[in-house]
Amino acid sequence: MSNILTAGTKAPDFNLQSTAGTSAGDAGEMIKLSDLRGKNVVLAFYPADWSAVCGDQLALYNELIPMFDQLDAQLIGISVDSAFCHQAFREDRNYKISLLADFEPKGEVARQYGVYRDQDGFTERALFVIDAEGTIRWSYLSPMDVNPGANHILEALKEIKEGVQHD
Amino acid sequence: MTDNGNDLSIPVNENDHIQGNPDAPLVLVEYGDYECIHCRRAYPVIKKLQRHLGDDLCFVFRNFPLGQSHPHAQHAAEASEIADQAGKFWEYHDHLYEHQEALDDASLQAYAEQFGIAAAEFSGSLENEEFRDKVQKSFLSGVESGVNGTPSFFVNGSRYDGDWEYEPFIAYLSSLK
Repeated sequence: MSNILTAGTKAPDFNLQSTAGTSAGDAGEMIKLSDLRGKNVVLAFYPADWSAVCGDQLALYNELIPMFDQLDAQLIGISVDSAFCHQAFREDRNYKISLLADFEPKGEVARQYGVYRDQDGFTERALFVIDAEGTIRWSYLSPMDVNPGANHILEALKEIKEGVQHD
Repeated sequence: MTDNGNDLSIPVNENDHIQGNPDAPLVLVEYGDYECIHCRRAYPVIKKLQRHLGDDLCFVFRNFPLGQSHPHAQHAAEASEIADQAGKFWEYHDHLYEHQEALDDASLQAYAEQFGIAAAEFSGSLENEEFRDKVQKSFLSGVESGVNGTPSFFVNGSRYDGDWEYEPFIAYLSSLK
């Protein structure tokens, strides 16, 4: 059973590859969570590139980029797939959202967020809304085979915008 | 904090595209995209459910075009609203799913003409984006309700996450009667 980090927890920092380099050994571009302070971040952990439910889930988020922008948020996908796999997947699906490779050491960031599945070797389907100060404001562990949609992400972002606090 | 349920943010109302008995014990809402192959696959399943459930089922279709994935989806959705204005929504809806291979603007217009909608009226309406806001509102109501892809189904107001192939779907719906 996952021990998913909950609201009120400081989001563990990470620095992960977001684009493949031109060749193996070339690191490509990186995204560091703490560099995104000042805006909200939605972290969407998902099990694997190419699988059916993940594809639908990311396609929906890709449609909603303007809505996330309006709520001062950037949505980032994250899985244990490699940057080269992400690159092929993004190009194939025409995704504009960033996909991070939690690839080496495998699943290390997912473990820090409490959403790694040791028995499977990939991550849970889990969502985190992190505010501009780097604090988790909402998290959700979805059943593996259910696409969680975007409604609760948007509700959490709206609450941040309206200054609603939860203890 | 958040209620993690997934319920229709806008209940079925007189502005919806409604087929069948509006007072039926089962109200099935589909958020769909005319260019989505899974919606195409669901189309005959819904027809079969309607045949078997008769007056026990009310079916509602709401537009949810995934424009980033499907280049023709937005215009197809707007075109269906133009057809609705002419009282031909369901005929047009069915026709689009039966001709999903050709949903470019010229085809959308040709289909409209088959249902008696004048070409100039149709193309003017599409160019002026007359129904863009209506389609966008439908899309947003879906996002807020927890639509997670297409097709997404809601049964009596709550998202149905089960299998929508005919046998499991009819078994589930029958269990609610």
